[in-house]
Amino acid sequence: MIVGLLWLLGCQLVGEVVVRLLDVPVPGPVIGLVLLWAVLTWRRTPDDAPVVRTGDALLKHLQLLFVPAGVGVIAFGSTLRDDAVPLSLALVGSWVAALAVVGWSVALLLRRARSGGEG
Amino acid sequence: MTDALAWLRDSPLLMLTVTIGAYHLGCRLREHTGGHPVAQPVLVAIVMVAATVLALDVDYVDYRADTELIAFWLGPATVALAIPLHRQAARLRGLVAPMLVGITLGAIVSVTTAALLVRLAGGDDLLARTAAPKATTTPVAIGLAESLDAIAPLAAVLAILAGVLGAVAGPTVLTLLRIRDPRVRGLALGSVSHGIGTGRLLHDDETQGAFSGLAMGLTALATSALMPLLALVLFP
Repeated sequence: MIVGLLWLLGCQLVGEVVVRLLDVPVPGPVIGLVLLWAVLTWRRTPDDAPVVRTGDALLKHLQLLFVPAGVGVIAFGSTLRDDAVPLSLALVGSWVAALAVVGWSVALLLRRARSGGEG
Repeated sequence: MTDALAWLRDSPLLMLTVTIGAYHLGCRLREHTGGHPVAQPVLVAIVMVAATVLALDVDYVDYRADTELIAFWLGPATVALAIPLHRQAARLRGLVAPMLVGITLGAIVSVTTAALLVRLAGGDDLLARTAAPKATTTPVAIGLAESLDAIAPLAAVLAILAGVLGAVAGPTVLTLLRIRDPRVRGLALGSVSHGIGTGRLLHDDETQGAFSGLAMGLTALATSALMPLLALVLFP
């Protein structure tokens, strides 16, 4: 478990330092994700490796980690009430629109690539 | 007695226990209802903790500081999303180009429609700027909101709400939209509901969860890169 934690923290640490040095508008953990992915691929890491077990244990409770930020709704009670109509319309409308655009466009391009490859 | 109460107020232990306890109850509820979509641990926990914090008259700033120990792990957990991707790497074949196009389109649609719909329904410019980054994961939404001179903590809350919406309704809406390929389902939900939607999918099906995590990362990249350009058009 300690070895697994070291990998996760180490990749995040490198990611955080890199985004600050290069001044790119990307969160450090996302660079850390790419880095760990490269390491796992490079080393052909098997499923019983410490980093895999530690990471899976953490991901099992990914939703828990958003609770502290989510409780922030109480700090904006009055704004959320006063602007309930524009906010909920934007939230739901934009969510459905983008969900459909990503889903349909990727599915369409996949179908075209497949039929193109066969033909 | 007063000593004990004063200690409880100052120590982060009480709010950490309340938060993890509420999340645990949420997990139990999900089990007992056989995975009912509304019984998402994140939603149950937020409602229960918010009620407790309000009832005890605790300031949100203090609650947030007390639970930093939990929020901290969001960084390492994001890094860990490389693990399901590593296991699913073979399924990425042929998907890279469609994925990059789809996620870029999705980022543009998310930001544009959020800003336009706020204005259409009578919201002001500040609110439109605050809603614009809501599809990105919380730390990115905060950073983007700051760069737009919007209300960053409210942007974080809207991102959480978009995530919870995806955890609750995502799989049903994807089925209604006739999106069946598990990889495409994951990519679509991760693009609009970031880590919270990913949490739901990882619990239901690893393939969908892995691609959702990937889409979350790529959406953060695409939205951050495109926002300055979109802002020129949307918020002149």
